[in-house]
Amino acid sequence: MTLSAALSFQQIILTLHDYWSAQGCVILQPYDVEVGAGTLHPATVLRALGPKPWRAAYVQPSRRPSDGRHGDNPNRLRHFHQYQVILKPNPSDMQDLYLGSLEAVGIDSTLHDIRFVEDDWENPTVGAWGLGWEVWCDGMEVSQYTYFQQVGGLDVSPVSGELTYGLERLALYVQGVDNVFDLAFNDRQSPDFRTYGDVFLENERQFSAYEQEAADVAMLKRHFRDMEAEAPRLLASHGRRGQPLILPAFDYVLKASHLFNLLDARGAIAVAERQSYIGRIRDLCKACATAWVQLEAAGA
Amino acid sequence: MQAGAARDLERLARERLSQADLAFDSIRAFAGSRRLTLVVEGLPAGQNARMDLRKGPRSGAAEAAIAGFVRASGIDRGALIERDGAYWAERVEPGRPMADILAQMVPEMVAAFPWPKSMTSAGGSLRWVRPLRRVLCIFDRKLVPFSLDGLESGDLSEGHRAMGARMPFRARDFGEYREALAGHFVVLDVEERKRRILQGADRLCAERGLRLVRDEGLLTEVAGMVEWPTPLLGSMDPDYLSLPPEVIRTSMRVHQRYFAVCEGDAGALAPFFIAVANIEAADNGLLIAAGNARVLAARLADARYFWDEDCRRSLESRIETLAGVTFHARLGDLQARALRIGALARDLACFSGADPELAAHAGRLAKADLVTAMVGEFPELQGVMGGYYARAEGIDAQVADAIADHYRPQGPGEAPPTAPVSMAVALADKIDMILGFFSIDETPTGSRDPFALRRAALGVIRTILDARLRAPIREMARLSEFATPEVIATVVDFFHERLKALLRDQGARVDLIDAVFALDDDDLTRVVERIDALQRFLETPDGANLVSGYKRAANILSAEARKGPLPTGAPDRAGAPGAEAGLFDALSAVRPVVVAALASDDYVAALGALAELRAPVDVFFDQVLVNSNLATERDNRLRLLRQIDDVMGAVADFSRVSG
Repeated sequence: MTLSAALSFQQIILTLHDYWSAQGCVILQPYDVEVGAGTLHPATVLRALGPKPWRAAYVQPSRRPSDGRHGDNPNRLRHFHQYQVILKPNPSDMQDLYLGSLEAVGIDSTLHDIRFVEDDWENPTVGAWGLGWEVWCDGMEVSQYTYFQQVGGLDVSPVSGELTYGLERLALYVQGVDNVFDLAFNDRQSPDFRTYGDVFLENERQFSAYEQEAADVAMLKRHFRDMEAEAPRLLASHGRRGQPLILPAFDYVLKASHLFNLLDARGAIAVAERQSYIGRIRDLCKACATAWVQLEAAGA
Repeated sequence: MQAGAARDLERLARERLSQADLAFDSIRAFAGSRRLTLVVEGLPAGQNARMDLRKGPRSGAAEAAIAGFVRASGIDRGALIERDGAYWAERVEPGRPMADILAQMVPEMVAAFPWPKSMTSAGGSLRWVRPLRRVLCIFDRKLVPFSLDGLESGDLSEGHRAMGARMPFRARDFGEYREALAGHFVVLDVEERKRRILQGADRLCAERGLRLVRDEGLLTEVAGMVEWPTPLLGSMDPDYLSLPPEVIRTSMRVHQRYFAVCEGDAGALAPFFIAVANIEAADNGLLIAAGNARVLAARLADARYFWDEDCRRSLESRIETLAGVTFHARLGDLQARALRIGALARDLACFSGADPELAAHAGRLAKADLVTAMVGEFPELQGVMGGYYARAEGIDAQVADAIADHYRPQGPGEAPPTAPVSMAVALADKIDMILGFFSIDETPTGSRDPFALRRAALGVIRTILDARLRAPIREMARLSEFATPEVIATVVDFFHERLKALLRDQGARVDLIDAVFALDDDDLTRVVERIDALQRFLETPDGANLVSGYKRAANILSAEARKGPLPTGAPDRAGAPGAEAGLFDALSAVRPVVVAALASDDYVAALGALAELRAPVDVFFDQVLVNSNLATERDNRLRLLRQIDDVMGAVADFSRVSG
């Protein structure tokens, strides 16, 4: 495939939206709280709980402060885009659906080596685990494919299938480009053509320095304590229908989680403290999950 | 996991077939990334009828219990047998056709399958390693019908995901199945997949005068990831070769499952790699090789980043950071451990002939790399990276080498360190660990050795023996902060056990090991030298005969000891007949030689001196009757025999020598 014929970064997103929309997914917008992964969007982590069917797809900008490389690494970014699909219950032809989506964005599976590599996925900060695969394209992990078994420390039934595409990495293969900053963000033929670097390189540079060097540790720790206190307070508060304020509480769990990632990137968390921080976030997440399941059971 | 799954499948089938009294000619299991296959050849067409005897309630039990048993057994009350104080139900189990047996057996095996981690998927209750798509089950070319949680068995299977027809195919026997798989681009047997990978990789390398770096573990892993292995040669920017080769190889192996490639003759890493794709692509894999190269470039750029970041801080400055890492809840943090290893290495330096200050420096820095970014990414490079960072800082090469080598030997295939400073730190690391865990009663038991203390002890032993260090365990253990008399005693026993196990594995005679260990010597080099010397001594006529004489003396002494206390004191030469006086003289002459030889650790000389006893002992037993009627004569001769025991017992416990 020639460069000009390949889908641009934004066309890949639009194509995936079309593809998964046709599968009955609600197409959501990114969650507007800083998160490390698309899984953390309440449309995945909370909706995977309880018995109600649910299909959703969305792009989630994800922040991983420890991965900042000041824009110098060809594909490691501290801010990147995940395309997230959740299918609950998981359809039996989910692998075929996934391969169909790769074809739709222009990955030819007779020219590329698409490999499903067994992977035991877990996210300890949200008490979630599942089995599935890393999907490799020519040796690059371009997607994560998981059958959730537990979320928020609770067994899930029915099981959800989760697909997470690393959009930048996938685009490298779609466009045949070696460096993520050289990706075509929009149409290469357009007079208003922009590369990924035009859009995000300066963000990478400034935020890498901020997250790893300039962030105020004392302030971050103070904020972490605030968020940690706010989540349980909201779970104990109620809306007009008597329901606990789970969704607002969960926002504060996400904020705490991001503050932890920032502190970690600053090297402000001793190895011995890590488990304790992760455990505290997980406990808050479990409390939200438990309340959500109870609310669903009560027929909300 | 795949090899384990194949073994489990075979075992479950074997167990069930033998429980059902079903003989077969052969059984084989295959595992791959998408399928598990079991083939049993030579099963009978069905099972013979069998007698089934089942035990029921004891005689005289309540009628209700007996009635219940009768009902459950499906026989008449009158057919119940009463024997040995109990009721028995005897029933003819009619034979069943094999297909029926298999239709029951296979679902049971699936349900009982011991996956390390299993899952359910939507709508089902079946636990399996991943969602189960198809079950093909054939006996004698006929479909064996059963259902697994809604999934019906069939005679269809699927081949490669991206190559060939990509349609299910039918198979009615193993030959057809295997052939159809090959026709659909799937190599069933993992050994065949491994062969293809090696052959292909070797050919690609040879074309460019390169050589594949063999890696058996990686080969097995990769062979489990592909169904149609297609090796490809990819390249990398030669600039990255300035990174430590261990970093490049680990990044390739751990992250990418690539094989490293080296220059044909020099053996240095070449700027190439071998990746194994799962498809043969129309463009000969050009796109795939380029894609794999792109990923590796990013990985190596990351490794370069870690290297640069890590070099911005000294190892010394990281000791403070080690305080945040727990070593063990009851043994403190890694900083405390680093300081202990430093202090201990200084004290142990004398045993390996190292400069105490260099040993202390290396010991102190040995664990600093555990908080570097590179070791965080690649834990298997612990030690190695510390060595590189130390050299980059300009630290003394002996210290850098000691940091790099102090974990050695980590397995039977790895040699212990030989440089004096490295040995001191390697010993300090392991002794601190062993004493520490023993002091909190975390001793290995049976198959449980969570802290790998046996491996640590073996490391100490091999380090000592290879360099023939005179490093008594007690003296070294005493220098540890965790030393108490009790801990030292258990640790010495522990080392003796490990050394015995090692020597047994190496084929030394167990009786000689016991004979030398009876002396409770904790200088392991000396112990081994003694066992060797003793073995050689016993192969000489003097040695073998002397042992017979020794045993004869010991037998007489133990027989006499049963009758009453043995006479004490030294024997008297006066008035003794010739043979008795001869033995007296020989013992008097040999004793000081043995004592002097042992004092100077000349074990061979001590044994040589004992050899002088052989003739006088033989003559003595030929010509002198120990059990004389004269009590004074008898006592004097017993005293003489005790002296044989004394003199020889200083060299080894000959009572444990067999033959």
